Amino acid sequence: MIPALEHIPSGCAAAGIMNKSGVCISGDAIMDMMSVMHSRSNGLGGGFAAYGIYPEIPDYYCLHIMFDNDSAKREVDSLIEENFITERQEKIPTRNIKEIKDPPLLWRYFVLPKPDKLVAKNMDANDFVVRLVMLINTRIPGCYVNSSGKNMGVFKGVGYPEDIGRFFMIEKYSAYIWTAHGRFPTNTPGWWAGAHPFSILDWTVVHNGEISSYGINKRFLETYGYECVLLTDTEVIAYTFDLLVRKHGLPLEIACNVVASKFWKDIELMSEEERKLHTALRMTYGNLLLNGPFAIIVATNNYMMGLNDRIKLRPLVYGKKGDFSYIASEESSIRKIENNLEEVHSLVAGKPLKVEVNKDVCA
Amino acid sequence: MSVLDKLLPEFFIKVDRELCIKCGQCVKNCGFSALMQDKDKNVKPIHEKCVACQRCMYVCPTKAIQVINFPGTQKNNEYWKPEYIKNIKKQANSGGILLTAAGNDKPYPVIFDRLLLDACQVTNPSIDPLREPMEIISYLGEKPIDISIEFRDNKYVLKDKLKPNIKLNSPIIFAAMSYGAISLNAHKALAKAARECGILMNTGEGGLHRDLYEYSDNIIVQVASGRFGVSPEYLKRSAAIEIKVGQGAKPGIGGHLPGYKVDDEVSSTRMIPKGTDALSPAPHHDIYSIEDLAQLIASLKEATDYSKPVGVKIAAVHNIAAIASGVARADADYIVIDGFRGGTGAAPTMIRDHIGIPIELAIAAVDDRLRKEKIRNKVSIVAAGGIRHAADMAKALALGADFVTIGTVALIAMGCTLCQKCYTGNCSWGIATQRPDLVERLNPDEASKKLVNLIRGWSLELKEIMGALGINAIESLVGNRERLRALELSRETLDVLGVKPAGR
Ligand code: SF4
Ligand code: SF4
Repeated sequence: MIPALEHIPSGCAAAGIMNKSGVCISGDAIMDMMSVMHSRSNGLGGGFAAYGIYPEIPDYYCLHIMFDNDSAKREVDSLIEENFITERQEKIPTRNIKEIKDPPLLWRYFVLPKPDKLVAKNMDANDFVVRLVMLINTRIPGCYVNSSGKNMGVFKGVGYPEDIGRFFMIEKYSAYIWTAHGRFPTNTPGWWAGAHPFSILDWTVVHNGEISSYGINKRFLETYGYECVLLTDTEVIAYTFDLLVRKHGLPLEIACNVVASKFWKDIELMSEEERKLHTALRMTYGNLLLNGPFAIIVATNNYMMGLNDRIKLRPLVYGKKGDFSYIASEESSIRKIENNLEEVHSLVAGKPLKVEVNKDVCA
Repeated sequence: MSVLDKLLPEFFIKVDRELCIKCGQCVKNCGFSALMQDKDKNVKPIHEKCVACQRCMYVCPTKAIQVINFPGTQKNNEYWKPEYIKNIKKQANSGGILLTAAGNDKPYPVIFDRLLLDACQVTNPSIDPLREPMEIISYLGEKPIDISIEFRDNKYVLKDKLKPNIKLNSPIIFAAMSYGAISLNAHKALAKAARECGILMNTGEGGLHRDLYEYSDNIIVQVASGRFGVSPEYLKRSAAIEIKVGQGAKPGIGGHLPGYKVDDEVSSTRMIPKGTDALSPAPHHDIYSIEDLAQLIASLKEATDYSKPVGVKIAAVHNIAAIASGVARADADYIVIDGFRGGTGAAPTMIRDHIGIPIELAIAAVDDRLRKEKIRNKVSIVAAGGIRHAADMAKALALGADFVTIGTVALIAMGCTLCQKCYTGNCSWGIATQRPDLVERLNPDEASKKLVNLIRGWSLELKEIMGALGINAIESLVGNRERLRALELSRETLDVLGVKPAGR
C-alpha cells in the first residue's frame, strides 16, 4: 500500500557495473560495491537491476510484481490473463533472513501481449506494456510492477542493499549490467515499491538526490500519459527517458540535454544550428529539466549511463578496467572490487557518460 | 445648490501656517485645482476637490501640507459603509453610473497572501544566485509537442521550424495601457524600459504613436473591439499581436475614453476625430463565437505572414478554464488571463468590484484544463491583474503561469499614488492625462529608469526565491505547485489550486 500521499526526498548510494562483451557476472560484485557505501543508506530501501538474467526466455517481457495480498494478486492475474500470453509465471525465489521483515508477495510473469489486443488498441507491444503497468500501478490497490523489460529484472525492497541482495539471492543471478541503490530517505515510510531502481520496460534508474522540480516534471509527464504513482522523484526520471528516447525518438545524448539542459549562457555561444536545437529543446521540454541535485545511473539492455545535474551537486565516479565499466557514488566502492583501474574520474556536471555493450550482445 | 446636492469631502487638506513658506508649489502641482493662493499668497484648500493624489505632499519643500481623511465622522456602521452612502447620494444627484479607476480595492480574501513558497533544507541544497547561473529567460508563444532531430554533418540538427516565439529576459510584461488613457510620456517610458530590460510592453487598445515605432521589437500591439489605430503598419510594428476580448477590471463591458482626453495626437494615433469619445463596444462586432475568434486570429496571422505570436486577452470569469481551452484551440499562441483585481483607466464601480474571479484560481484552473486536454504546449499563459510584488509573481508562476503582467505596479513606479481618478484626465503625476501641463511633468527617461530598476529588482528577487527553492531555471518553477503550500484555505480552494495545505 502507498503509505501516504507524499513525495519522499532521499539521499543515497548508487552503483553500476557493466561488461561490454556481455560476460555475465554474479551479483556478488555489486553487493561488494554497495557494502562499502553502507553509511549512505539507512536501511529504508535497497535494490538491484540486473540485465541478461533470463537468457533462456529473452524475448518475453518479464513483469516483476509485488503484492500486498492475495486479492491484489488475483486481480492482477486476471488482468494479465486477459491481455497477455503467459509463457511462465512463478514466485520470485527469496531466502528468509531476519533483517528483512514482512516482505510482500513477489512474483514474476514472462508474457507477450496478445496480438488481437494490440490490433484492437492499435498499439505497439511496448506501449501496450507501459499502459498495462500504469493500469496495475494506479488502479489496483496493493500491488506494484517493479520491472517490465525483457531479459532483465528489478529486485528491491525495504532494508539495507546488502540485506535485500541476500534476501533475493542475487548472487545466484548472472548479469552483464548490474545497478544498485541504497536509500536514505529523509521521510520514512518503509515502503517496498518506494525503493530504487525505478523501471519501465527495460529502463532502470537509480538515483542519489532530490528533484526540486518534481512537481512540474510529474505534471508534464501526465500530459503525455504517464501516471506517477510512487510519489518518489526517481519515478519521473524513468518515464522521462522512456518518453524522450523511446517515444519521441531523441538520441540519448539529446535527452540528457533535456534533463540536464545547457545553460542559456552556453547556448548563446553555440553555432547557429546548435543554438536553434538547444533553444528548441528548452522551449519544448523545459518542464522535464531535472532541477536539483542528482546523480543517476540509467540502464537499458544496451547500455549503462551516468549523469549528474548541471551544477554537479552530487558525486558520481566512473572507472574502467578491460571490458568492465563501473559507476558509483564513491570511488572506494569501485576500488573495493577493482583496484587496478585503467581509468578513473568524476563525471562532469550535466555531461552524460554512456558505456554501451557490443552490438552482438543484444539483438 | 441645495443641501441635498452636497457631498461631504472625502479628504481634508491641512496647511500648517507656521511651516508654509508660501512658495505656491502645491498650488501649481495640484492637477485637481483643489488648492488656491489668496492675494497674500496664503494657501487655501478646497477640500471637496481633493482626491488624495498626494502630489502636494511630495512637492512641498517644508512638508507644510498634509492630506488626511475627512475627520468629520458619520455614525459607525459596519454594513452601510460611508462609501455606499456617498455613492447613493452621488447617484441621486446625477442619475448616472458610478465611475472609478485602477483595480478592485474591496476586501475580498487575497489568495496570494495565503500561499507560501517552499525552501530547501539539508536534503537538497539551495542555490546561491550570486554564484551560480539562475535562468529566468522565457519564450512567449506556441511550443511544439515534440521535436524531431536529424544527424547531419556529424552533428544533431533540428528538423522542423518552430512557431514564432518572443524571448523575454524576465517573465514580466508591462500590462496593456492605452495611449489616451495614459500619456505619451508614460508610453515612451514603458517602451524604453521594455527594450532595456529585454521584455515587452503592451500598447493597449489605443494604437501606437509614431514615436514608439523604434521600439517595435518590444511591443505587443492590441486589437480591441474599437479597432483604434489598427492598420497594416500597426500590426507590422510589433513583436506580437493581442486580441483584447476582456479586461479583468470590467469583464463583459467595453471601454470609454472621454472626448476631453482625445487631443490631436491621440486622435491621429487612434484614427478618430479629435474631441470625440472613443467608445470600445463590449463585444467585437465580428466576434460572436469562438469560430469568429479563430477567424480573426487567422486573419491577423495571415496579415503578418505568420511571423509573430497572436495572443488573446480574456477576463477571469467563472467558466475561464473552458473558455481558455477554446481560445487555445482557436489557435491563439498565448492567453492573457486578467483577474478581478486588474486595473483600468475607467470602469463602472459596480462592474469593477463585483465581476470576475481571482487570478490565482483562474491560472490554476486554466493550467489544469489545458494539461488535461494535452494542449498546454499550444499556448503561453500570462497571468494579469493584481500582481503586487515578486513573490506574487513567483506564486503565479508556480500555479502555472508562464508570465505575469504588471500595470498598476508600473504606474506606481512612475509616480502614481493610486488615487483612482485616472478617468478624470487630471492625473497630477502626468500619467493618466493628456493635459500638456501635466504630461510634461513626467520625464520619459527618468520614468523609464524607475521601471528598469523595478524590473531589475523583481528579477533579482525571483532569482533569490528560485535559489531558495533549489532550482536554477524558470522552467522548473512554472507549474510546480509542489513547492507551494496553503495557509487556511478551504478544501475546495485547495482542490482548484492543486496545492497542499501547509504542514503536509
Ligand atoms: S488633489 Fe492632490 S495635489 Fe491637490 S490637494 Fe489633493 S492631494 Fe494635494
Ligand atoms: S495614474 Fe494618476 S490619476 Fe490614475 S491612480 Fe495613478 S495617480 Fe491617480
